[in-house]
Amino acid sequence: MSVETHDEVHRHPAPTGFIRKYIFSIDHKVIGIQYIVLALAAVLVGMTMSVLMRMNLSWPGTSWPILATLFPAGAPGGVMNPEFYLSLVTMHGTIMVFFVLTTAPQGGFGNYFLPIQIGADDMAFPYLNMLSFWVTLVGFIVILAAIFFSGSPSTIGPIGGWTGYAPLSALGAIAGPGQGMGMNLWIISIAIFCVGSLLGALNFITTLLNMRTRGMSLMRMPLTCWAWFTTAVLALLSFPVLLGAGILLLLDRVAGTSFFIPGGLYVGGLLSGQDARFPLHTGGSPILWQHLFWFFGHPEVYIAILPGMGATSHILATFARKPVFGYRAMVFAIFAIGLLGFFVWGHHMFISGMSPYSAVAFSIITLSIGVPSAVKTFNWLGTLWGGKIRFTTPMLFAIGFVSLFVAGGITGLILGQTSLDLSSHDTYIVLAHFHLVMGVAAIFGMFAGIYFWFPKMFGRMMNERLGQFHFWITFIGVYSIFVPMHVMGLVGMPRRYAQFTEYEFLKSLHPLVVFVSIAAIVTAVVQIVFYFNLVWSIFKGKKAGDNPWEATTLEWTTPSPPPHDNFAGRAPTVYRGPYEYAVPGAANDFLMQTDPEGVVEPAGSEGITGNGHNGHRH
Amino acid sequence: MSTEARAESFAAADWDGGTLPYRVGHRKLGMWLFIVSDSLTFSALLMGYAYLRASNVWPTPFPFYPSIVFSSVMTFCLLSSSLTMVFGVSASARGDKAGARKWIIATILLGLAFVVLHMIEWNHLISEGLRPFFLPEHWVKVFTTTDGTPPSPLFGATFFAITGLHMFHVLTGALYLSVVAARVKKLKHEDIEISGLYWHFVDLVWMFVFPLIYIMSVDVQGLTK
Repeated sequence: MSVETHDEVHRHPAPTGFIRKYIFSIDHKVIGIQYIVLALAAVLVGMTMSVLMRMNLSWPGTSWPILATLFPAGAPGGVMNPEFYLSLVTMHGTIMVFFVLTTAPQGGFGNYFLPIQIGADDMAFPYLNMLSFWVTLVGFIVILAAIFFSGSPSTIGPIGGWTGYAPLSALGAIAGPGQGMGMNLWIISIAIFCVGSLLGALNFITTLLNMRTRGMSLMRMPLTCWAWFTTAVLALLSFPVLLGAGILLLLDRVAGTSFFIPGGLYVGGLLSGQDARFPLHTGGSPILWQHLFWFFGHPEVYIAILPGMGATSHILATFARKPVFGYRAMVFAIFAIGLLGFFVWGHHMFISGMSPYSAVAFSIITLSIGVPSAVKTFNWLGTLWGGKIRFTTPMLFAIGFVSLFVAGGITGLILGQTSLDLSSHDTYIVLAHFHLVMGVAAIFGMFAGIYFWFPKMFGRMMNERLGQFHFWITFIGVYSIFVPMHVMGLVGMPRRYAQFTEYEFLKSLHPLVVFVSIAAIVTAVVQIVFYFNLVWSIFKGKKAGDNPWEATTLEWTTPSPPPHDNFAGRAPTVYRGPYEYAVPGAANDFLMQTDPEGVVEPAGSEGITGNGHNGHRH
Repeated sequence: MSTEARAESFAAADWDGGTLPYRVGHRKLGMWLFIVSDSLTFSALLMGYAYLRASNVWPTPFPFYPSIVFSSVMTFCLLSSSLTMVFGVSASARGDKAGARKWIIATILLGLAFVVLHMIEWNHLISEGLRPFFLPEHWVKVFTTTDGTPPSPLFGATFFAITGLHMFHVLTGALYLSVVAARVKKLKHEDIEISGLYWHFVDLVWMFVFPLIYIMSVDVQGLTK
């Protein structure tokens, strides 16, 4: 059978030319780095936009000369107009969710490390893999084009939020600024992104099922692989729904259909059907868009966060020098979260006027996600408990991930209940909740991943001192940004408003708003340290060696960076589970997965073989 | 031998790595996954159709003759093409590549016949006055309810969107099969089987579209006559 497996792998020789090697590469490692670079570029755009938004919120009416130069129509005289702000909201959300949180953790790290961690020499479909990346890049270029060709000079892209709610998004330019060409480009970009993600997902699933090396049974896979696998399943099942919905939305805009447009709309002084500029629309349902969007949108949240959970489990075990507590429970929890994620989309729509009975059903299923989430959290704490913890930068970010996941998840229990959600929906509580739990936590997962795997990817260590500095300022910074937002939400500050100067009851919050903005600017500026560390370490970092962290999984058995076919022509054989740390009697306190024996049984401990197979016996 | 090691030797070796757990190659597994995801795209559209249909006054304008008879002939073509595809794959399984090519060409022709008939059907409806954004006037007249609610113009939108997406899949499939037919001697049997999987999937989708779009819109009372 194993011979057949190797025939299946289309072994390809190492490329020689620059273009084949680094640009149109079919090597999953290069493609992984391409995805990470794409995300690192996209996050700069998204972060700059968030800083601009904070500036407008805390110092409304201030003239910023640079804005006057760059966006004479969007910020006349340097003062941002509300439409400009709203298009920032939309583009920030879209770029962050799709091109950062979906791109780096799955496309980037998954592409690079999933094949190595299961002992394969590449993905199952190398050409398809290259295609996925380039399709995704085209999607990014199209969304950037929406900034420059938004169809109205006063915005930098469409207005509609990352959710693109109909009917606003479905009506066309008549609906106001930011509803022209930019919205078409937005939909096209998302549709392209869907295709790229689908191709990637089926590649990941096929690779993981078919290409595990000898001995790599499912329950010996690192938790990262389980997370990437589950994420791929979610992507495979949710992106096609968004693709279908996107096609219908585009038809509404360009073909005159009314899937998401109800009858009798009166827009811009025109009644639908009474004027050639606003043709008749009737019978459609904006709620249908919400259903289709959130059927995708909720699994999307887990697509962003699950790879971070996998990386966190992996890194916590490595630096606590202990097996992951409850490996099997962790696997089932990942799957439970993924599965339940398909049945809770309605909790984004409690205020849409849905039947209270279906709201109860959505609410109960939503709250039940708390169970597998708590299993994961307690198992992370159990992994840390009594460990000989090494506080390296990746470890700090992994612990930060747990902290942020808990802090953001707690408000999920509030927002998941219909009666409580009705009053807090569309306030800053929701903003704080999802930024902590799926935004910043996923970003921390990415940071942890970069600091952890950088030595493997580039053969050098990142600077530890800069890394620690980066962690502490970012960690304190994100809490300073998002904890006050809970207070704002409780007072009733609504989301997506360009400024709050007109609201008497919000005036007392202004010092807090300014504080959040200063924290955001400081946190954003500190990221320069990270980018500097990244680039500097590629050339000047300390040489890493094959296994600088004394970790156990397959990526650490091969040189840093790994050769073109990962294991230099020999397929590794796996003898044990992924997290065999602190093994009694072992020479090094840990056993590699490829270690055939390595345990010297001490006298009198007959039958005890350390942490057992699969890492589930301690 | 510890209990754990013994338990392991009893475990299904298929999943222990170094082997293909489903005993199918990458490409076949990949096609199955593609089918799963593509069926969700169709599900999204059909769910949207169901949602809109349930929340609107929906016209049922298809007379038994010609619409249903015509679409039944289309269905017959598509189902026959699945049969010829089965013959093609089984010929390929016997190693009879020339036979496989003949059957696959028959499949393509039946698929194209479906598309041509479908275009005639579209053309007929368009000439009657159906558009993605409004209904023919005489439909509006006869399907307006007694309390004066007009039928939904979304009939045309859902009809053209769903059957259009399906037709696109049939055309893509015909193109795919022509490549397979042209290169049949060079391809492995599994690759021919994979093209069969796609083709059967496209047919299967039609078996949802046909009853939901056509049969459920039969003009039982003969109103449009």
